[in-house]
Amino acid sequence: MTDEPLLRVSALSKFYGSRVGCDNVSFDLWPGEVLAVVGESGSGKTTLLNCLSTRLLPSSGTASYRMRDGQFRELYRMSEAERRFLMRTDWGFVHQNPADGLRMTVSAGANVGERLMAVGDRHYGKIRATAVDWLSRVEIEEDRIDDEPRAFSGGMRQRLQIARNLVTGPRLVFMDEPTGGLDVSVQARLLDLLRGLVTDLGLAAIVVTHDLAVARLLSQRMMVMKDGRVVESGLTDRVLDDPRAPYTQLLVSSILQV
Amino acid sequence: MTAQPTDIATYNFAYLDEQTKRMIRRAILKGIAIPGYQVPFASREMPMPYGWGTGGVQVTASIIGPDDVLKVIDQGADDTTNAVSIRAFFKKVANVAVTTDTAAATIIQTRHRIPEHPLTAGQVLVYQVPIPEPLRFLEPRETETRKMHALEEYGLMHVKLYEDIAKHGRIATTYAYPVKVEGRYVMDPSPTPKFDNPKMHRSPALQLFGAGREKRIYAVPPFTDVVSLDFEDHPFEVQTFDQPCALCAAENVYLDEVILDDHGGHMFVCSDTDYCEKRRADGHRGHLAPETDLAPGNMEPAR
Amino acid sequence: MPTPLVVSDVAKSFTMHLRDGIKLPVVAGVSFSIKAGECTVLGGPSGAGKSSILKMLYGNYAVDEGQIIVTHEDGLIDLARASPRTVLSVRRQTIGYVSQFLRTVPRVSALDVVAEPLVERGEEREAARAKARALLAQLNLPEKLWMLPPATFSGGEQQRVNIARGFITEHPILLLDEPTASLDATNRDVVIELIAAKKAAGVALLGIFHDHEVREAVADRVIDVTAFAPGKLAA
Repeated sequence: MTDEPLLRVSALSKFYGSRVGCDNVSFDLWPGEVLAVVGESGSGKTTLLNCLSTRLLPSSGTASYRMRDGQFRELYRMSEAERRFLMRTDWGFVHQNPADGLRMTVSAGANVGERLMAVGDRHYGKIRATAVDWLSRVEIEEDRIDDEPRAFSGGMRQRLQIARNLVTGPRLVFMDEPTGGLDVSVQARLLDLLRGLVTDLGLAAIVVTHDLAVARLLSQRMMVMKDGRVVESGLTDRVLDDPRAPYTQLLVSSILQV
Repeated sequence: MTAQPTDIATYNFAYLDEQTKRMIRRAILKGIAIPGYQVPFASREMPMPYGWGTGGVQVTASIIGPDDVLKVIDQGADDTTNAVSIRAFFKKVANVAVTTDTAAATIIQTRHRIPEHPLTAGQVLVYQVPIPEPLRFLEPRETETRKMHALEEYGLMHVKLYEDIAKHGRIATTYAYPVKVEGRYVMDPSPTPKFDNPKMHRSPALQLFGAGREKRIYAVPPFTDVVSLDFEDHPFEVQTFDQPCALCAAENVYLDEVILDDHGGHMFVCSDTDYCEKRRADGHRGHLAPETDLAPGNMEPAR
Repeated sequence: MPTPLVVSDVAKSFTMHLRDGIKLPVVAGVSFSIKAGECTVLGGPSGAGKSSILKMLYGNYAVDEGQIIVTHEDGLIDLARASPRTVLSVRRQTIGYVSQFLRTVPRVSALDVVAEPLVERGEEREAARAKARALLAQLNLPEKLWMLPPATFSGGEQQRVNIARGFITEHPILLLDEPTASLDATNRDVVIELIAAKKAAGVALLGIFHDHEVREAVADRVIDVTAFAPGKLAA
């Protein structure tokens, strides 16, 4: 374990005109740590995720990322070329809707191989072998490698999206409701898979979800957001078992018991 | 319009007004300065429909002078509708000399071929381009593709080639085969057969590309590196033909299949008609060549 | 040997914001320490706050007041104020915990549930599984269950998986929240043996045992939690 965080976020705010997207959010994320950001729709959790992943520029505040050379770089001062390079090598972004993160009209193998080709891999045989390996890691049969994701079920698409993101060995993955819209049994499989991959690869992840069970299963730390502000944060089990903020208590008490 | 071909003053020279030509020349100069980069330009309505070479015609109209000699080919042939009508157009609006002889032309406007006869310094090859964006079918957003060009993010281009190999066991793209120009921009060479790609590499001629509907001009200056994209284990290869031209016996040229009857009879002949005729005039004979032949130059459009 | 855990003047209450913010005090003035090689037992009736104390010591409940000083990685840490990252590190290296109920994860086998804490501490997966097998065998969990996810196990079977998970590591401090509640006599005896072995290895144990027999067998010292009732402090 290193003594320095991977990501340092300080007083990050995003306003849409006079409306608040997220307000004064600060935290550090260490390597291998999974942070869940929970809250209801409109709480600003997706705005925060988009700012952190530089898909959106914040109105104020800073975020710096420790590059592979150990140097911290201010995300919002990087050139777009550098940010996009980071996005397709050292970072991953798993969208709620796999169609947003996949190329639906090219094969599963090419979806996985694209990032490799983007960083200059020019050996078809090796790219394909890597794609086969990753498909098996996300439990997609090898004989589906040349099928388009259009022919895949929702759960398979989501697993393919994960493989596509992890193939370059990123250190930080952003996930926006990764299990949203999936059947419960499919969700369980995906969560288990994600959990395993995060542990095996030592990934740091920021997972936005409104599902507290997902947060408990995947994350060690949690931030609860409401109206763009962080109302409570801490260890995931502490926040869920001993919620302090009124809103967190409301959220926790609203979980359906099976 | 009652103007006669000799009545040149009725038109501005080469149809376009001088301001438009100036604008297009600036786009061309910018294209030459940034090889392979697609320069937007204010494409004009031309007296022919989009898809009939309006981009190439505007480029030609902007660079042509009274002393130029123009050749126009369509799929290698000088005598097909598109070639004939564009040639007639410039005879009428610029009163320039026209030719079918590749070596004699100063400007060659082409649809989908590069002549077999090697081009020389001082010649200009003007391509008619339907879709200038090589990334178009993989990434439909123009905002995104422009960004990808700007940031040199070309992984997607290899995705297309990967898909080819995955589906067909080899790179099955045979025309509009993407190239990298001078180590920087990935460019669509227009729907020429990939057979012609090596001719673009370090060509002594200036190559200009005009896409009228898409409003883009791009260029490859003389002696510029043009490299076809490929994989280490699936290198770029051009088409090969297992027989020579049926009329002139030429080998290592691009052949078209010609249907002879409705019983499956066919032959393969040079797609470059000028090249084929010259060879026959020089006495080369393929196995299906007629005893007597048309003399070259007999196919000038009738007035 | 330094005292591994010192609790001083710890207070805990719950504020129920959904019920007009009423404050439910749980414990106050909690002060004690535990020793290496000893098993300290928290005694007192249900509702006296025994489980809450254990949960605070594990960082699972927030602490209102006071200090929880832990010897961790050659230093002293106040768990009551520690950052989440520090708490995680303490859990990984210093404090183990056997909860009352097993929180199951879909699709993870009993064997891997047990082996996981070792893997997290950097042990090879196969070596960790070997130790997990030995423990599960010792706890008489039928071998045919080892590769199944424990979600569908009986209460006693889940409890044994939970115990194995807690005992597999060599944490210097081990918290036990009624580990024997749903076990039969044979397996209770196994747990007593396991606790004795931990004591012999110098581990400081702190537990809640409702089972009188087990408590008699393992306890070196009993702390009466009723002494920490919130009202008493004022009195």
